[in-house]
Amino acid sequence: MDYILETTDLGIAFGGLKAAEHVNISIKKNEIYGLIGPNGAGKTTIFNIITGVYQPTWGSFKLDGEVIKNLPQEKINQKGIARTFQNIRLFNNMTVVRNVMVGLHNRKEYKCGFFTSVLRLPKHFKVEKEMREKAKELLDIFGLLEERNNLACNLPYGKQRKLEIARALATNPKLLLLDEPAAGMNPNETMELAETIKLIRDKFDMTILLIDHDLKFVSGLCDRVTVLNFGTVLADGNISEVLNNKDVIEAYIGKKEEDE
Amino acid sequence: MKKKFKIKHFINYIVVGAATIIFTILNSVGVLGLSEQFLLEKIAISIILAVSLGLVVGFLGELSLGHAGFMCIGAYIGGKVASLLSESMGNGFLTLIIALAVGGLSAAVAGAIIGLPALRLKGDYLAIVTLAFGEIVKTLFLNSSEETFGGPIGLETPRYDRNSLFIIGFVVVLIMLAVIQNLIRSKHGRAITSIRDSEIAARATGINVTKYKLLVFALSAFFAGIAGVLFSYSNYRVQCTKFDYNYSIEILVMVVLGGMGSVNGSIIAASLITFLQIQLASILTGDLAVLQNIFYALVLILIVIYNNAPALKGFREKHNLKSFISKLFKKKKEDPSEVRDDEAKWDRVPTKINMDELLSMDIKVTESTMKPDKGGKE
Repeated sequence: MDYILETTDLGIAFGGLKAAEHVNISIKKNEIYGLIGPNGAGKTTIFNIITGVYQPTWGSFKLDGEVIKNLPQEKINQKGIARTFQNIRLFNNMTVVRNVMVGLHNRKEYKCGFFTSVLRLPKHFKVEKEMREKAKELLDIFGLLEERNNLACNLPYGKQRKLEIARALATNPKLLLLDEPAAGMNPNETMELAETIKLIRDKFDMTILLIDHDLKFVSGLCDRVTVLNFGTVLADGNISEVLNNKDVIEAYIGKKEEDE
Repeated sequence: MKKKFKIKHFINYIVVGAATIIFTILNSVGVLGLSEQFLLEKIAISIILAVSLGLVVGFLGELSLGHAGFMCIGAYIGGKVASLLSESMGNGFLTLIIALAVGGLSAAVAGAIIGLPALRLKGDYLAIVTLAFGEIVKTLFLNSSEETFGGPIGLETPRYDRNSLFIIGFVVVLIMLAVIQNLIRSKHGRAITSIRDSEIAARATGINVTKYKLLVFALSAFFAGIAGVLFSYSNYRVQCTKFDYNYSIEILVMVVLGGMGSVNGSIIAASLITFLQIQLASILTGDLAVLQNIFYALVLILIVIYNNAPALKGFREKHNLKSFISKLFKKKKEDPSEVRDDEAKWDRVPTKINMDELLSMDIKVTESTMKPDKGGKE
């Protein structure tokens, strides 16, 4: 079986605190995979390890069969892992279209050296024009084309989320990590977002790993999930099985009184 | 896509170019005296310093307080090269070019070296490191032997023909504008501004933050070094006491006053502040010399209040340069919805030093404390 992402015994300790331990996740190509768990379970920590913000204390992970080790964040992104953030991090003082164009920066087809740009050689104009067209294409998919000249900070919350996903997709990743994409959205926006995520999977042939607390949202989207609690895997597998798992229910809503 | 000539992007080249030509003509007619030539040299040097520092502060979003240190390196090394070369090949144009290149490059190397810790440090800590760097450079040259860099007496440097030095200064300004603005308005500039807005997101988007920070520090130092060489040519002696942190902060003041992230603003602020200083120095002499700094500070405070005080917002909007010009040409106001993405502002202000916020904060507090009082009376 070909896995896009495969973690083996991944773990990290901050001093004496084990934030994550023995985390094994295997994500198939073209799958939407969920990572759920109560607050402080270590979900975002796992994201940060996979994107290179932290180096794992134990274990390792493979992207598309290749072991990724000791790489800085930008290199990991160039290998093909893109992410969004729990609290949106856009380039606020730049226009929407430029936010996406930053995402296109490292693509091979838009290579343009420093001196080519400063000397304004014809290649610079060609590359700029192509990047802009490509960015507009991406924005169109997310319904942000009309807003392309607004500053990113002036967009409403839902659109900022979408823009962040568009920017991540612009880097041409193999695996897209979404950290609580539905946080702070109303039910309508959440449904719309679920449709967008499905669309991304089909249109870009993308593999997606997402964190969210909205179990309805997760169960509607994900084929398989992993539940984390206190840094360890509580359960994983098919969504319906996992949500009926006794341990999972206990972790989320606690024990029944007679069980105690 | 239609290609339009956007005057907005070229206005500063046009203004600086026109000023150069006008002053060259005035000079050849003989209207300009020595003091005016000196003033123009100073203005060119200030513009180079302010715009190059603006690249670091306004576009990369890092606070650097060691810009005078880079200038000092350029002034000493460029000045030394000039005095050595003028013995063998004469004090000509070629010597000047070589001195400019060597001075600029040595400052750029220093900039790259100071850029290395910059990759690890943020905000205030970087400011402290750059401040210390400037002082170290100054002290090194102060303690050099008399044969090498003159030590405390300073380095004697060859002078360039007064009639053409300021023209060279302005040509350098034009070249620098072309380099810096072309850089900013390219994919590399976009990467640099993305680091300013969110370094974490920039890294996660695959931007090589290390590379771009080094590039910006080196480029900014390069032009500061060139300004230093010009400075050494415009003075009999280069003395390192000139390049203390006060001078670095003076350059920063120009950048902040001009509006961070605005190249045009830096040019205007640098010209005005230099003009003001030199005029004050020539008017207030003798016993009144003490008043120079007081007047200078007073004017700065007034400018900052005028530009930033929320209470003056309405007045500012009515009486600004833009509406004045549009009245002058009876131009209709642009419809903001029609702005194309090329024209959308490059000049966005970052928030490392946010004057607006700082000033408006006090007022918010007083408003909120006053409101309950009113309610109580009613």
